[in-house]
Amino acid sequence: MITETIARKASLAIDRRLRAAKFVRSALNHVFPDHWSFMLGEIALYSFMVLVVTGTYLALFFHASSEKVIYHGMYAPLDGQKVSVAYRSVLNICFNVPAGLLVRQMHHWAALIFLWAILAHMARIFLTAAYRKPRELNWLIGLTLLVLALVNGFFGYSMLDDLLSGTGLRIGYAILLSIPIAGPWLTFLFMGGTIPNPATLPRMFALHIFLVPALIAGLLGLHLFMIWRQLHTNYPGPKRTNTTIVGSRLWPSYTAKSLGLLLLVFGVIAALGGLFQIDPVWTYGPYDPASIMAGAQPDWYLGWVEGAIRLFPGINLRLGHWLVPELFFPAVLMPSLLFLALYSWPFVEKLFSLDKGDQNVLRMPYDQPVLTAGGVGLFTFLLVLLAAGGDDFLALAVDGSVIRIRTILRILVLVGPPCTAALAYVTCKGLKRRHAARARLRDDSSLSSEASPNVTTEPAVTDNMGQPLVLPLTEPSGLPGGD
Amino acid sequence: MNEEEDQESRPKSGIGEALQLGRSFLDLGWSVVELLSKAAARLLPQKHELLHHPKSGRDEDREMEGAAQMSRRERIGTLLVFGFFSIAMLGGVGFLFAYWSGTSNTQWLGGSLALFLCGTGITLVLWAHWLMTHKQAVEARHTVASTQLAEKAAAKAFCDGVHDVRRRRLLAWMGVSGAGLFGMMVLSLLRGLGISPDKTLYSRIWKSGQRLVTLDGKPLSLESLVPGSMATVFPEDQIGDERAQTVLIRVKENLLQLPAERATWAPSGYVAYSRVCTHAGCPVGEYEAEQSVLLCPCHQSTFDVLRAAAPTGGPAARPLPQLPLYAAADGTLRAGGGFTAPPGPGFWGIS
Repeated sequence: MITETIARKASLAIDRRLRAAKFVRSALNHVFPDHWSFMLGEIALYSFMVLVVTGTYLALFFHASSEKVIYHGMYAPLDGQKVSVAYRSVLNICFNVPAGLLVRQMHHWAALIFLWAILAHMARIFLTAAYRKPRELNWLIGLTLLVLALVNGFFGYSMLDDLLSGTGLRIGYAILLSIPIAGPWLTFLFMGGTIPNPATLPRMFALHIFLVPALIAGLLGLHLFMIWRQLHTNYPGPKRTNTTIVGSRLWPSYTAKSLGLLLLVFGVIAALGGLFQIDPVWTYGPYDPASIMAGAQPDWYLGWVEGAIRLFPGINLRLGHWLVPELFFPAVLMPSLLFLALYSWPFVEKLFSLDKGDQNVLRMPYDQPVLTAGGVGLFTFLLVLLAAGGDDFLALAVDGSVIRIRTILRILVLVGPPCTAALAYVTCKGLKRRHAARARLRDDSSLSSEASPNVTTEPAVTDNMGQPLVLPLTEPSGLPGGD
Repeated sequence: MNEEEDQESRPKSGIGEALQLGRSFLDLGWSVVELLSKAAARLLPQKHELLHHPKSGRDEDREMEGAAQMSRRERIGTLLVFGFFSIAMLGGVGFLFAYWSGTSNTQWLGGSLALFLCGTGITLVLWAHWLMTHKQAVEARHTVASTQLAEKAAAKAFCDGVHDVRRRRLLAWMGVSGAGLFGMMVLSLLRGLGISPDKTLYSRIWKSGQRLVTLDGKPLSLESLVPGSMATVFPEDQIGDERAQTVLIRVKENLLQLPAERATWAPSGYVAYSRVCTHAGCPVGEYEAEQSVLLCPCHQSTFDVLRAAAPTGGPAARPLPQLPLYAAADGTLRAGGGFTAPPGPGFWGIS
C-alpha cells in the first residue's frame, strides 16, 4: 500500500511539472502487433544497447596508439615482441582486466547479432512492402543505420592493430584509394598518408566510439519516434484494415514480453561471449608490415564485398593516362549501386503503383511475386558473394583448386539469382492461387451457415486512449493491401 | 546444487574469508532449495483438479470450472515463474562468486551471466504468458497528416514571419556569402588532416646505388641465394617500411623472359619486385618455385616471376613494379634506380 501511495505522489509531482498524464495514458495504451517478425528490429535495438554498454567499458582500457613498445605481459608467447600500444592494451583487456575478455567477446558477438538483426528486419520490411507511404522516410533512415553499422563494424575490428586487422585496413586503404579522381586525396586526408600511419588509429577510434555511435543513436531515436507516430503496420487479417491497428497494448503484457526479449538477447550475447571464442587476436600476433595472414577474412557482414573483390576479373581500365583500378568496380561501384537501388526503391515502386494513399496493411510475400522474386534474387547474389569471400576455404573443403571454385562461383553469381528469382516467382504465384481458392471456399461456407456467434466477444474498436469508439467504424474507400 | 560444485571445483584460495563467503553461498543455496520444495508442494496442481473433466452440463458447473481453471493456471504460472527466477538467481550468485573468487574465468563469468539474464528474461515472458490476461486490442488509426486547416495555419505563421522581415534580398546575400566563407574555413581545416598524396604516393622508393638489405640490415650479394629461393629486402634507409618491401628471387637465368629493355636488370638470375600487391596492397608473400609464381594470400592473385611479374590469375590487373638490379664490384646487389611504377594498389593518377 505504501508503495502505491509513493507512486501516486511521485506521478502527481511529475505531472504538475511536465503535464505528462495524457501522454503517459496514450503511451501505456499504445498498440503493438503480436507477430514475431516485428521483434527483429527490437533484437537490433537491444544488441545496440549491449554494444554501447560493453563498448564503454572497453574504451576505458583501450589505448588507440600505434606507437611501438616491447610486450612484457601475461601472455608469455608474445613476450619480448615489438607490438603497438593499441595491441598491448587489447592483450591487457583479454588477460588482465577482470571479465575483460568476456566483455570484449560480448562486444564482438553483439556486433555480429546487431548486423544480423538489422538485415533480417530489413528483409521483413522489404518482403512485406512495409516501406510504402507513409513510411518511406523510415526506410531511408533504416538503410542509413545499416551503412553506419557496417562502417562501424569495420572500424571496430580494424583498430585492434593485430595482424588480421592490419590486413583488413590495407584492403580498406586500397579500396578508398581506388575511387576515381578523389581517391588519393580522400585516402590521405582520412588516413593521414599511406599506411601504416600513426594518425589512422586515433581517428578510427574517435569515429568508432563517438561519431558513428552518436549518429546511430540519433537516427535510431528518430526511427523509433516515426514508428510511434505512424503506428505499426499490420499483417492482413480479420479487423485489420487501413484505419485500424490490432495487437496488444504496451502495458503491461507487451512491456513484460519486450523486457523479457531484451534480457534474452542480453543473455544469448553473454553466453556467446563467455563460451564461444571470437577474434582471438593473441593467436594472430601483432601487425607487421612485412607479414601476412593466410586465410584472412572480414566479419561476415562484409564478406559479400570481399567475395565480389575475389570474383571480379582483373580489368585494367585506362582513360587516357588515368587509371580506374580493378578494385573500384566490385568494392565501390557495386555496393554503391546496390544501396542506391535500395534507397530509391520505395519511390520507384510508387511510380508504378496506382494507390497513392497511406498503406497500413502489409502485403504478404506471395501477394507480390515480382518484389519477392527480386528480393530472393538479391539474397542469392549476396549469398554467392559471401561464399566467394571464403573461396580458399571452400577449395580446401572440397579439395579442388581455388581457380576452379572461382570459375564455378563466377557462373553461379550470374546464373543463380535469375534462377532462384524465377523459382520464387512461380512459388508465389502458386501460393497466391491456392490462397484465393481457399478464400473462395471460406466465403461459400460462411454464406451457408449463420453468422458466427463469437463475433460479440471480439474486442471493440477503441481510440488511442483505449476508450471504445461510440460510432461504428466506417470503412474508407482506399482498401488496404492487395490489388 | 551448483554452489556445491562451485565450491568443490574451485581451488581453495586459502583465505578464510573466501571460505566463509563460499559457506554463506551454500547456505543461501539450501534455503532456496527449501523454499522451492515448499512452493512446489503448495502450488503443484491437485490431482482432482487435473482429472476434472472440463465439459459438463450446467452453466454453474462451467462457471465453477472456469474459476478452478484460472486458479490452476495461476498456480502453474507461479511455479514456472518462480522456478526460472530461482535459476536466474543461481546464475547471479554464480557470477558474483566467479568474479570475486579472483580467477576471472571467462566461461564461468559468461555462463553465469547468461543464466541470470536468460533466467530473468524467461521469467518475464512466462509471467506475461501465464499470469497476465491477454486481450487483443483493436484501435482506430487516424491519418498521419494534420488537418488542412492546421497545415494552412502553420504555413501562414511561417509566411507572416517572412513578410515581417525587411530587406530580405540583402539578408539572402549575406547568408549565402557568410555560409560560403564558413564552408571554406571548415574545408581549410580539413586540409590539415593529411599530407598531400603527390610526393608520397608517386614515390618509386629506391634510389640508384642503394644496397639491398634484409630486415636485420644484412646486405645481400650475388652468393646469398640459390636458384629457386627468395628473400624479403629493403632499401638501406627504409628497413621494415611497408611500401618499400621488395621480394628478391633468384631464378635460373636461361628461363627468364624479361622484356628487351629490362634484359640487364637481372644479374645472375636475381630479379626484384615490389612485395606489395597491385590489387589490394597485401604483401605478396608466397613464392611457388616450381611454377615460378608469386601468390598473394589475400585474393589469390598470381604473378609470373619470369615475365616481369605479369599478372597470370586472380583479380590483379597490373604487374608488380620491378626493381632494376646490378651487382657492384664487391658483389653486393644494388638498385639500378627506382621501381618501374609506384608500388601498391592502383589509383587514378598512377602511370
